[in-house]
Amino acid sequence: MQSKPLTLTLLDALSIIVLGVATYLALFFAPTERVMGEVQRVFYFHIGTAWTALMGFILAAVFSVAYLATKNLKWDRYQVAAVEVSLVFFFLTIVLGSIWARPAWNTWWTWDPRLTTAAVTELIYIAYFMLRQGIDDPERRARFGAVYALIGGLSAPVTFFAIRLFRTIHPVVIGGANAEAQGGFAMTADMRVAFFFALFAFTIIFIDLYWNRIRLGDLQDKVEQLKLKVTM
Amino acid sequence: MNITESRSASQPAPGSFLKAVSAVVWKDLQAEFRSRELFSAMLVFSLLIILIFNFALELDIKTRQSVTSGVLWATFAFAGTLGLNRSMAIEKDRGCMDGLLLAPVDRSAIYFGKVISNLAFMLIVEIIVLPVYSVLYNINLFQPGLLLVILLGSIGYAAVGTLLSAMSVQTRTRDILLPILLFPVVIPVILSAVKASGGYLEGLPFEEILSPLSLLIAYDIIFTAVAFMVFDNVVEE
Amino acid sequence: MITVKKLVKRFGLKTVLRGVDFEVQPGEFVALLGPNGAGKTTFLRILASLSRPSLGQVTVAGYQLPHEAAAVRARLGVVSHLPLLYGDLTAEENLRFYARMYGITDHHSRITEVLEMVGLENRRRDLVRTFSRGMQQRLAIGRAVLHDPDVILFDEPYTGLDQDASAMLDDVLKTVAAKGRTVVMTSHDLARAEDLATRFDILSRGVIAASIKREGLQNGNLLSFYKETLAA
Repeated sequence: MQSKPLTLTLLDALSIIVLGVATYLALFFAPTERVMGEVQRVFYFHIGTAWTALMGFILAAVFSVAYLATKNLKWDRYQVAAVEVSLVFFFLTIVLGSIWARPAWNTWWTWDPRLTTAAVTELIYIAYFMLRQGIDDPERRARFGAVYALIGGLSAPVTFFAIRLFRTIHPVVIGGANAEAQGGFAMTADMRVAFFFALFAFTIIFIDLYWNRIRLGDLQDKVEQLKLKVTM
Repeated sequence: MNITESRSASQPAPGSFLKAVSAVVWKDLQAEFRSRELFSAMLVFSLLIILIFNFALELDIKTRQSVTSGVLWATFAFAGTLGLNRSMAIEKDRGCMDGLLLAPVDRSAIYFGKVISNLAFMLIVEIIVLPVYSVLYNINLFQPGLLLVILLGSIGYAAVGTLLSAMSVQTRTRDILLPILLFPVVIPVILSAVKASGGYLEGLPFEEILSPLSLLIAYDIIFTAVAFMVFDNVVEE
Repeated sequence: MITVKKLVKRFGLKTVLRGVDFEVQPGEFVALLGPNGAGKTTFLRILASLSRPSLGQVTVAGYQLPHEAAAVRARLGVVSHLPLLYGDLTAEENLRFYARMYGITDHHSRITEVLEMVGLENRRRDLVRTFSRGMQQRLAIGRAVLHDPDVILFDEPYTGLDQDASAMLDDVLKTVAAKGRTVVMTSHDLARAEDLATRFDILSRGVIAASIKREGLQNGNLLSFYKETLAA
């Protein structure tokens, strides 16, 4: 039995700590935003989860290329782990966004480019898992998964760009001008602390979950291998 | 072994690529013109979808103007999956896919052959649906611009659809999986095609139609290129 | 004509072929025997360039797989238990399609020749859909020899055939083999194999467990040889 690496255990602990600190910073340390009030606080986690999920999806597309080029199943395990963790994180992003949108836009949901792209992206990666579920041969599953993650990873940004041809009401908080009209705001120094710490915290948590998921995949493989040995 | 080695080397002769593509297309069209299975299913299905939209949307004169392009593209998308599924199932059923793969031709010739015949089936159905729709709802759909949009949209749809249907026929869930895989990744096509068709129907100036039109062209190029590059991985073990 | 060295094929974690060494001289007719699940079909698919070897060397007709697959394919005919024919095309149209795929220039006379050989010249304009299983299988053989291949692979050609159809197939197989072609046939029908082949190889548990020439069979009894090998 392969024991859990010490670094991973430490990372688990660190994840819990940074999650606590990020929660504190977001809920208590950061000042209440003057227009939207308390609900604006979901913003920190909203961005934190969104950023890491998007990184994960980009990683998944990179692993597609790596797998198709090398046919090494290691990349497939990395990809599944990345998509799985990102799918959950992105779902959180959408839920947090909805909570914020209810008072800010007076609706849970609107068909704005970012929201629509988010929904489409979730559907793409759900389809990814449905595709994998229908295939028994692990090599074919990896090949098809890689092809689909590549096509999906390319089409999601194109979808975003396509919907942008229509008007958007989503605020651009970072690097956007004239955003206040739709619920944007200027960040104060304390808000920035909470914001950047949330980004940092979710990156750590993502890496931790991701690592654990890869380890789980490796262990699953081991179990399968041992099972085969027993039945042989 | 001298005789064998002096015959054609490992590279197929030039021109054999196009010959193989046209052989696949011709074979599909010939079989389809005989059975008309796929074609009649797609056509009847299309008409039924339009009928359902008629009740679902209450297509009176005012709404007609604004929703026509949406109704058309929803119809094409749904009927398209039907055709893609069937076209690939024919290759799978009697092991014909292996037959294609055993031929000494590049795999991309098989891909392009299937794309072209799938595209042909879609276009034939669309060419019939358009006048029917025109007559039923008294809208002139025979505008060169609109036909161009339909061609470009169908190319993108068939290019990605052929790749994904080659995957979905090899899974346990087969038929039901294709739309689930295909729809989320062809949203850019549907979106810009609806926008561009709507633009032509409302008689907007060309500048306003240009952006969805160029997006459509960009999608066609990018995704045909990618599908072409990864097709080997979908059919070969 | 066919050289296989230390061939290993894995499907994910499952190893189907574990080090197959196999050599066929030009003009030999080898029957590949073995219980179900021994890897016969997998092995044949690798020879046919339809499946990639995980490890080991495979050379067919002087070309290495999988790198020179196109050259191998041009010299190879394959008949599987599926006919690889289109039901909505006539016998002639099916052959014409494959003739074009193989780049055969003078296909009209070749198609007639092949149809005569498999005894279907009077059905050339009938849809394959209307053919019996045996007729389809004969046409499948016609398809496989259309481009006059040096090597022919038969994967369980007798599956689903009745007595008469099998007898007719025997004749066609003998004609095909008589032209000095190299043939490898998988089968679990020992009587048929004994009738046709010049050499018998037994594939068991992912390796060639035994190989014997027709002359070497003691009082011509393949069955007892087969049973002894599997019992060992």
